[in-house]
Amino acid sequence: MSNPLISARGLTKKFGDFTAVNAVDFDVAKGESFGLLGPNGAGKSTIMRVLAATSQRTSGTVEILGKDPELFGPLVRAHLGVVPQQDNLDGELTVTENLYIYGRYFGLSKKFIKNKIEELLEFAQLEEKRDAKVEALSGGMKRRLTIARGLVSEPDILLLDEPTTGLDPQARHILWDRLFRLKEQGVTLVLTTHFMDEAEQLCDRLVVMDKGSIMAEGSPASLIKQYSSKEVLEVRFGSDRNKEIAPQLATMCERMETLPDRILMYTEDGEKLLEEITHAGMHATTSLVRRSSLEDVFLRLTGRTLIE
Amino acid sequence: MNAGIDVPTIQRFGALYIASARLKSMSKWRTIIAAVDIGNPLFYLIAVGIGIGVMVEQGSGTSGTNGIKYISFIAPALLANTAITGIMDETVFPTIEGFKWRKLFFAQNSTPITGRQIAIGVYLAALFRALFAVIAYYILLLAFDVVNFGISILLVPIAVLGGGAFGALMLFAAAKIEKEDQFFNILGRLVIMPMFLFSGTFFPLTSMPVYLQPIGWISPLWHATELGRESAFDYGISTTMVVVHLVFLFTLLVIGLGLATRQFERRLSK
Repeated sequence: MSNPLISARGLTKKFGDFTAVNAVDFDVAKGESFGLLGPNGAGKSTIMRVLAATSQRTSGTVEILGKDPELFGPLVRAHLGVVPQQDNLDGELTVTENLYIYGRYFGLSKKFIKNKIEELLEFAQLEEKRDAKVEALSGGMKRRLTIARGLVSEPDILLLDEPTTGLDPQARHILWDRLFRLKEQGVTLVLTTHFMDEAEQLCDRLVVMDKGSIMAEGSPASLIKQYSSKEVLEVRFGSDRNKEIAPQLATMCERMETLPDRILMYTEDGEKLLEEITHAGMHATTSLVRRSSLEDVFLRLTGRTLIE
Repeated sequence: MNAGIDVPTIQRFGALYIASARLKSMSKWRTIIAAVDIGNPLFYLIAVGIGIGVMVEQGSGTSGTNGIKYISFIAPALLANTAITGIMDETVFPTIEGFKWRKLFFAQNSTPITGRQIAIGVYLAALFRALFAVIAYYILLLAFDVVNFGISILLVPIAVLGGGAFGALMLFAAAKIEKEDQFFNILGRLVIMPMFLFSGTFFPLTSMPVYLQPIGWISPLWHATELGRESAFDYGISTTMVVVHLVFLFTLLVIGLGLATRQFERRLSK
């Protein structure tokens, strides 16, 4: 990658004896939407805090816009928009006051911020809530406000840590739409998520993380192609019988995963496989044929599901 | 990027941005703050000045207080104590809130603002609040004829200095504390209250048993009170002691702020 905006080599972060991030390497290009996908505790948020130039790494090198965030914290942060996992808005202040005060921390002029606020309120669909106290907003609104706040300084890179965790499906979709717009405008996005649908929707490229290490890297499509089959057949025979029947099924497909509640069979043609199973005299209580997803990639790489 | 971010300017004025944000938050509570800062001294002056003061003077005149009216004798302590409690409210709560309850400091630190600037900004806003409370109190002292307008105006900066010395330590303590549940109880009952009682507030420190006097020596309240008495009423303290009081308070302030800024940086960069 020529001239990446972010570049990490051997990035390691330890808390005492615990290694939260273990020698990870990655680059993020300008205008790219880059994701860190992994379960809770994979080290995603720790990486985000290092990228946000607030947390000190234990070893390795990191460059953001060509500068070491540890040596040039304020200078690097001047170019970042940060959306933390937990909203840290000032609940006592109104929506516009929150945006205004945050803008002042970047030393922006009153005039600039005032104009910017109008633009951001529209972007975050919060025009009608402009004078509402933040405490009174819904979870989705708070999240959109936190994102708007991160954009007040027109950052080169927007860092989003678990942007939709805790939101209901409708609020998530609104948020995805907003983030998609930013992506179209060419804002470089770096986001963490443990939702594979979110990663598929928003990321041009992602790394799959587990226990502080990167397991794989690529575009969602290429990862699926590389680590999974085209289709997945999910069958259930009832929780007791799943285990019993599994050895028989294993011979019929390329690869299989037995989960507590269902069996996943990886194949190029799910319908055909289901027919074969039925032919062989096994009758699944429920069955589902679907496309392979990043969830399957994660399962393949770690032997575990993303949300446990 | 065309927003016009000027990092050197932020490095110069960042603490002031934080202070102004703090004042904005405080202004949401202005009615309560004004009621406390005016009501509290009013009750005190009525109860002690008219009630206890009359009784003390009937008993021993002003011989125990170097010829100063009893209420005037305790006035510098009341002012310094006001500065201390005011500055404590505005350092301890915002700091625990900033690190833990609302995590506002982490939001501030995700901008070019540094932990050090956040600490100093919170501290400056607290000093401002203390100044407001002390001025309000001072005006009431004038109104109640406890002090005469003039050199006694020095009581104001002295009280704020006393509060500032104590507040710098509180800023550090609040940043250091991770589990705050018992912190307020201990602080209020075992630090603030004894300090108020044993710092030569209501009687000269020397009239206490020797083994209790060290409480006063390490108490910023005592140092500020003695300084105040000397500057407002010519209480009869040696120049050496005036220097000692000033040095003690400034040292405490510098050490406290040094520890606090370091602790802010450390906790934000974990």
